[in-house]
Amino acid sequence: MTYHAFLIKYAEIAIKGKNRTRFELMLIDQIKLALRRCSGRFTIDRMYGRIFVNAQSEYDYDEVVENLKLVFGIAGICPVVILPVVGLDELKKTTAEIFGQEYPDRNVTFKIHTRRLAKNYPLDSQEINAELGEAVLTAYPEAKVDVHEPQVMVTVEVRERIYIYSHTIPGPGGLPVGVGGKAMLLLSGGIDSPVAGWMCAKRGLRLDAVYFNAPPYTSERALQKVKDLAQIVSRYTGPIRLHNINFTEIQLYIYEKCPHDELTVIMRRYMMRIAQTLAKSADCDALITGESIGQVASQTVKALVCTDDVCEMPVFRPLIGFDKEEIITISKKIGAFETSILPYEDCCTIFVAKHPVTKPKLDVIRSHEQNLSEKIDEMFARAIETDEIIQIDRDGEKILKHREDAPVEQAE
Amino acid sequence: MREVYLDNSATTRVFPETAQLMNRIYLEEYGNPSSMHHKGVEAEKQLRQAKQTLAGILKVKPSNLYFTSCGTESDNIAIIGGALAAQRNGKHIITTPVEHPAVLESMKYLEQEGFEITYIPVDGCGRVDPEEVAAAVRPDTVLVSIMHTNNEIGALQPITEIGEKIKKKNPKVLFHVDAVQGFGKALIHPRQQHIDLLAASGHKIHAPKGVGLLYVADGVKLRNLIFGGGQQNGLRSGTENVAGAAGMALSAQKLYEKLDVELDTLYDMKQFFIEQVTQIDGVRVNGLPETGADGKALSLSEAVRMTAPHVISLSFENVRAEVLLHALEDKGIFVSAGSACASNRPHISATLQAIKLPENLLDSTIRFSTGVMNTMEDMQYTADALKEIVPFLRRYTRH
Repeated sequence: MTYHAFLIKYAEIAIKGKNRTRFELMLIDQIKLALRRCSGRFTIDRMYGRIFVNAQSEYDYDEVVENLKLVFGIAGICPVVILPVVGLDELKKTTAEIFGQEYPDRNVTFKIHTRRLAKNYPLDSQEINAELGEAVLTAYPEAKVDVHEPQVMVTVEVRERIYIYSHTIPGPGGLPVGVGGKAMLLLSGGIDSPVAGWMCAKRGLRLDAVYFNAPPYTSERALQKVKDLAQIVSRYTGPIRLHNINFTEIQLYIYEKCPHDELTVIMRRYMMRIAQTLAKSADCDALITGESIGQVASQTVKALVCTDDVCEMPVFRPLIGFDKEEIITISKKIGAFETSILPYEDCCTIFVAKHPVTKPKLDVIRSHEQNLSEKIDEMFARAIETDEIIQIDRDGEKILKHREDAPVEQAE
Repeated sequence: MREVYLDNSATTRVFPETAQLMNRIYLEEYGNPSSMHHKGVEAEKQLRQAKQTLAGILKVKPSNLYFTSCGTESDNIAIIGGALAAQRNGKHIITTPVEHPAVLESMKYLEQEGFEITYIPVDGCGRVDPEEVAAAVRPDTVLVSIMHTNNEIGALQPITEIGEKIKKKNPKVLFHVDAVQGFGKALIHPRQQHIDLLAASGHKIHAPKGVGLLYVADGVKLRNLIFGGGQQNGLRSGTENVAGAAGMALSAQKLYEKLDVELDTLYDMKQFFIEQVTQIDGVRVNGLPETGADGKALSLSEAVRMTAPHVISLSFENVRAEVLLHALEDKGIFVSAGSACASNRPHISATLQAIKLPENLLDSTIRFSTGVMNTMEDMQYTADALKEIVPFLRRYTRH
């Protein structure tokens, strides 16, 4: 027996008051995008406060489920069998068949839950429950009825047609991508930042990303790794514009002019400034980082105070209270972990001091940054002007703006 | 920008003539050498011609040669196939810690199969002592595997002497030589050098990737690892890579035609390059002997000629190899950090550890490997680039 449709459950959208229609339509857009990757023809109905994906042709069940599981906003996916309004005998036969197919073990407790909305159907809900329950028990004596805490709930809805479904495949939850606006993700190539981006996208944000490249200290393969990570995240979020910034010149300049134990903090401040400038021109309203309190020296509360000091827009740090293990669990779940642990160095680690300051003082950092005043403005402008912009989605990448390499000033 | 390719030990650019020949085979003489018709005969002729040419270079019979897919496969068939076929005589094998992974990993596999492996240590220049190898030979030793030329530091092993000495001690021992880096850069004559099994690769000698060569001496029994249609005496089933084989033969022929002249040029370039880069402070040349067999100090030209002509391993104090590699790349110069052959992951090189390179230099070592397509100007350009880049990089170091 094949399923005729998928009932899409969305927990949170239902409570969003008058925005509900907008949210539902955005979710439908995302579902359509996901279905476009699947073979077969589908139509989508929005009715009774629910979304139905109807198969209009042969399709690949696994492919459809895999793609729907990537759509934020979907809490659950129920495969549904749809019958015309049939007599009781045929309904009993079909229900038992579905039960047998979905629970090959059959040694489960179950309950039939009928909603009879077509009041002209000859039996009422209670009667249908009893008849169908008996049909299942006759076919599979191993099964047991439990009306209070059943392991399996078979739902039968009698409307203009009869809908039967019993199991729910969990979706990613959250809100449809795009309902919450857009933010700029600082993507490093580690484990944390892709997870942070994924978590914000789950709350309905569209993403752009910025990567700080430091040739020759970082390699072409490190950039490739970041692109691969962006691609993994884009399976959930749709296309991501990745800004590839040449950061070498600024980094070396900080190295020469500022105390080495403050290098990382000052560097982070410049990364935030650059990200913010890009964010403004890309219509992003917030920044996203993968920071978590105390994970490294630049992520102590005092260090975060110093980084936040240069930001005018909100900085989202969804991992702030997470342990590494918790982050790794999500990273594995979204398929980023294997890529994240490839051993290419990123620009944050190349000059890292043995004992970086863990409690930087904001006024000290600010005053040391004055040492950079001679050249930093032009370097900053150059870093932004020379960025490379790559549009990345799950099918590949397209360069929207080629990099003009920032010349590294050779100090004498 | 000028492009200077100094990673010829990783792979080489195919000779244009070789590419042309292969193109013709792909488009016109594309038959299966096993086919009965004219197209098949044509292809078989190419294959036979290729074996003839390579046999002439090695001074062996064409029937001793087998085409494989790469040097790694040749090494695998020789070592695993040889050891398994000979295991009734014993389960002891001798090799060195500086071999290519194609050899070392085969040894690990055999170890799991119950073989005992003895690793003969190398000196500071990466060479084994033939006496030590011979001393390790026992009555139950079935195989000795020693590389011809080390891929990371260019050490040349005393193959002829080792062959003589181990055969004297136990004539039944099979002698395998991984000549992937040596073939095309040295005269190799297996029969005079007591070599029973020899592996070579096409893409290191300006032929394409995807073709390797295996020499098997008369009377040597090998267990086959590939099963199929029985091509190449059943040792290596599978339709032969005709174009690859013909290409490998043509490239080898071109190299060996002018080997003397080419070697002189390569050694001159190596010496010049070393002279130039040692003007930079804190540069160490790896694998270069300081004294000769008689204990007398060697001049640079003498020392250089005791090593491979095309591999130059340099360690730069306080410079990270990967950074230097990318900085050179920005100037159009392509090199390897340590050995690029194993994988693209930075790893601690077994060879550099075996020659007891100081710990702080392990991650500061670059391999420059030249080829017949390089010129003295390339070496000058690269030396100049290093003189500029190395001091610059040293200004910015980790603390």
